[in-house]
Amino acid sequence: MVVETQIRRFDSIELESGVVIAPVDVAYETYGALNAERSNAILLVHAFSGDAHAGGVDKDGQKGWWENMIGPGKGFDTNKYFVICSNVLGGCKGSTGPISIHAATGKRYGMTFPVITIGDMVRLQKMLIDSMGVRRLLSVAGGSMGGMQVLEWAVKYPEAVASAIPIASTARHSAQQIAFNEVGRQAIMADPDWNGGDYYDGKPPARGLSVARMVGHITYMSDASMREKFGRRLREDNGIFEVESYLRYRGSQFVDRFDANSYLYITKAMDLFDLGQGAQSLVLALPKSRTRFLVISFTSDWLYPSYQSLEIVSALRRRNQDVAYIELTSNYGHDAFLVTVEEQAELIGGFLTRTIKEASRV
Amino acid sequence: MRGEHGPLVHELFGRGDYGLISEIVEPGACVLDLGCGEGELLAWLAGNKNVDARGVEISPAKLQKAIARGVSAYQGDIESCLADYPDKAFDYVLLSQTLQEVRHPMQVMRDILRVGRKAIVAFPNFGHYSVRLAHLFNGRAPKTKLFPYDWWDSPNIHFLTVDDFEILAAREHWQIERRYFLSGTREVKSMPNLMAEVAVFVVSQV
Repeated sequence: MVVETQIRRFDSIELESGVVIAPVDVAYETYGALNAERSNAILLVHAFSGDAHAGGVDKDGQKGWWENMIGPGKGFDTNKYFVICSNVLGGCKGSTGPISIHAATGKRYGMTFPVITIGDMVRLQKMLIDSMGVRRLLSVAGGSMGGMQVLEWAVKYPEAVASAIPIASTARHSAQQIAFNEVGRQAIMADPDWNGGDYYDGKPPARGLSVARMVGHITYMSDASMREKFGRRLREDNGIFEVESYLRYRGSQFVDRFDANSYLYITKAMDLFDLGQGAQSLVLALPKSRTRFLVISFTSDWLYPSYQSLEIVSALRRRNQDVAYIELTSNYGHDAFLVTVEEQAELIGGFLTRTIKEASRV
Repeated sequence: MRGEHGPLVHELFGRGDYGLISEIVEPGACVLDLGCGEGELLAWLAGNKNVDARGVEISPAKLQKAIARGVSAYQGDIESCLADYPDKAFDYVLLSQTLQEVRHPMQVMRDILRVGRKAIVAFPNFGHYSVRLAHLFNGRAPKTKLFPYDWWDSPNIHFLTVDDFEILAAREHWQIERRYFLSGTREVKSMPNLMAEVAVFVVSQV
């Protein structure tokens, strides 16, 4: 199916900080059809560098980032479900972010863009869902930073979420996760072309952004997957290691599709996210609700290790909340959430079917 | 063999203890199944008795099947997973053919009776005459229909009988609300310690 990203504009959004962005755009795609009761909508929330193009193929032939999970008969079965995915606030793929024109000045926001949070991203998604007339989502699902948004949804709008699927995610970043993000930010800001975030009329900070992405890709893989994929092999054409070549390629490719300022704002939003709001225990943060949870982690994911998922599961158990949890075996590190399709499709398919039955019971 | 002439029990998935559990659990109850395997029993209870079904399973492969069935199960060790739950979080906690496999059965029983209003405990009876005969005549670790494993790869690490459980329950002041004894698909009405292959106890904390 050929899909096209849509844009919906709202007059304004008030951020958690109290700052107002006006107007505000949200880029989104939908797959499948909303039923008459509007009860079959599923919101997919993307990871750090994702966008609204989750499923299908766009007019340039580009597959969505979760294309293998979305479609007829797939994990998110579009014969049954109406699937929505939107680009996050602060992003650079159609939703309002640092690259957008600030209406008041007629210039791009750059570093004048206000600090945003995971909560703000979710607030904009809620506005989009409301505008579609969807009161209660059958599910909210996503991996990595997507998982954080899933958790935020479950806490902020428990009545609007029948089920939640946080994958390879956490309720708050550890020092290690913040550290890797900080290396990425410093790489961008150390690039003279960054120019305090004011580079839209000139050259973007390509070297800095590319290095930031290279670090990111290391954290998304595992020792085993890198050994398998590259080993110590050298490229024949230029004599550098395969792994060096791969990282350089990924870095330079990223520069063409991502805005450096968005990198700064979104990684900061991830670092600031804390579902427990500083409390020792997550238990108090989670409202007692009817929301069913399916939590998934991966054995070789050292960026979002399983103990972080278990922390969420444990807190839900303490509330006696309905939660399923599985640690899937995979060598792919954090990338596993985009790679282990078959297992996740089976798990999520069964979980959603049961969620519908539960929803009709209430 | 008088046990062979007792009333037939209803079987579920080829198991008499499952059949009994499916009859004991009231509609709409909240049930936790420890060692839920692929979740067949829980899925049946959810589908047929509108039960709020939760499970714990240690094997990832079985757990995946259980979740795919729509059962809210998670990966965990029976001996450590119960600590999180509030008191009396469940109407029933099921421990089917697992008590003899856990390292610390007393701790597991105490945890179960804390988080569940009632526990349904089913276990193979080591006092069954076939086990006694096998041991007596072969002089080796019993290998029977009930205990089909060689000693070196058996998951069973505790060997208890019907009487052992009754004595422990009395000592610990557990209340045995109901007891069922099975031989194949028939209920055993007399001499259960000798005749029962499987015992099913409904237990609560006094």
